[in-house]
Amino acid sequence: MDYHATTPVDPRVVEAMLPYFTTRFGNAASRNHPFGWEAEEAVEKARKQVADLIGANPKEIVITSGATESDNLAIKGVAEMYREKGNHIITAVTEHKAIIDTCKRLEKDGYRVTYLAVRKDGRISLDELKAAISDQTILITIMAANNEIGVIQPIAEIGAIAKEKGILFHTDAVQMVGKLPFNVNDLKVDMASISAHKMYGPKGVGALYVRRRNPRVLLSPIIDGGGHERGMRSGTLNVPGIVGFGKAAEICRQDMATESERLRKLRDYLNEKLHNQLDELYINGSMEHRLPHNLNISFAYVEGESLLMGINDVAVSSGSACTSASLEPSYVLKALGAGDDLAHSSIRFGLGRWSTKEEVDYVADKLTAVVTKLRDMSPLYELAREGVDLSTMVWQTEGH
Amino acid sequence: MAYSTKVIDHYENPRNVGSMPKDDPNVGTGLVGAPECGDVMKLQVKVNPETGVIDDAKFKTFGCGSAIASSSLATEWLKGRTVDQAMAIKNTDIVAELSLPPVKIHCSVLAEDAIKAAIADYKKKQSATSASAAKEVQPTA
Repeated sequence: MDYHATTPVDPRVVEAMLPYFTTRFGNAASRNHPFGWEAEEAVEKARKQVADLIGANPKEIVITSGATESDNLAIKGVAEMYREKGNHIITAVTEHKAIIDTCKRLEKDGYRVTYLAVRKDGRISLDELKAAISDQTILITIMAANNEIGVIQPIAEIGAIAKEKGILFHTDAVQMVGKLPFNVNDLKVDMASISAHKMYGPKGVGALYVRRRNPRVLLSPIIDGGGHERGMRSGTLNVPGIVGFGKAAEICRQDMATESERLRKLRDYLNEKLHNQLDELYINGSMEHRLPHNLNISFAYVEGESLLMGINDVAVSSGSACTSASLEPSYVLKALGAGDDLAHSSIRFGLGRWSTKEEVDYVADKLTAVVTKLRDMSPLYELAREGVDLSTMVWQTEGH
Repeated sequence: MAYSTKVIDHYENPRNVGSMPKDDPNVGTGLVGAPECGDVMKLQVKVNPETGVIDDAKFKTFGCGSAIASSSLATEWLKGRTVDQAMAIKNTDIVAELSLPPVKIHCSVLAEDAIKAAIADYKKKQSATSASAAKEVQPTA
């Protein structure tokens, strides 16, 4: 149930990829023989499949190694290309690290970055966005849907504001593309990062959508070389990966409506079942503006890592500090203002193509048993039951 | 998250989970850590005032698997020890027994803090009761 982290490759995708490892192994940049032509044709077909999924022109799809590279290319590429025009970038505190850390890097190089706060529901305020814009602003980068809490940002509204002000708009759309309708023209997006492995395609391949008309977006490349991908991203194309990416995009486009509806029902069932079986659950972020397959819940008075230990045959992830390499609780959950204690107690569920009702039942029942057991041994639960207000208690935090 | 079998055993079968009455003069309670840090331990000892031996120990912990295991192990070690012996328990002993990885050493530190806090609470209560007992005795003397 950790489909936000990655997804298995759909068998139909694997089947489409296989010939491109063996008999059709050509380099798509080889212009002088059939091996190259065959590879190029496959890449162009895949490029169209990806473009069709987001309502783009195939020429607007720049293939990359994945969304982290796409995010880097969009932000650094715009920053360098439009340096004369301005040095200000607007983003949000709940963005993926691929965005935040890229912006931090640019700050060291003299750029100014505004990190918009989010409200309790996880969405940015459009008024705050408007207020942050200055004549130096060259880029707004706000994610389509969050990877932890699944909250969908008002992308179309942000796109309209950016267009009106003549500012480029990039969105990290990794979690949304392939799951919900996403059209770059309807949303007035100038650049969008997408990734194959989040939509049942292979790892190591992704794309950056780069608008060619109204306006034509120019990017300085971050990888120089043979001038592949219209000079924006050099490097021999990963043909089997790209073929798989295209096939995955095609399947998503065909099945999206039924798949998202099925997952929404399953997600709502999981949520309802947990709420029926346990008290003091807190949903992190808006339920209304949310990916249909995401649920992020804090199980008050229980620490996330110990919760995961109790359900170690189930793949989910936690915002607890103990489960992260940095030993810090989730910055996304902290940004919602819920308090660090609830961040420590959170579990992210990501349903996907092969999730079943049986699995949901199993997870909900097992979680209920583990939460109940851990609450029985939780001093916080005991204090709360005695009527102590934990938020006003003075804790001995020295040295921790 | 590769935990030792001992940590997993304490997590799955925690020893001495529970609570004893806080206002019992023979019970010392230590509550350490903070919810926003992700660890809170409550450790209690019940001491026989005649012998100074810890008859019973209980814990409740909000925290990760190693925090639970550290406090569970602490209660096992506390039972049957004198108060002075209990004060000699070091966090490094817990680290060694549970083979805690470096990132989890703070859990053992918290357990040592909890032991010390519980014993300090017991001693405070004892001196308060002996002082008030002395006061009560005086007028009739």
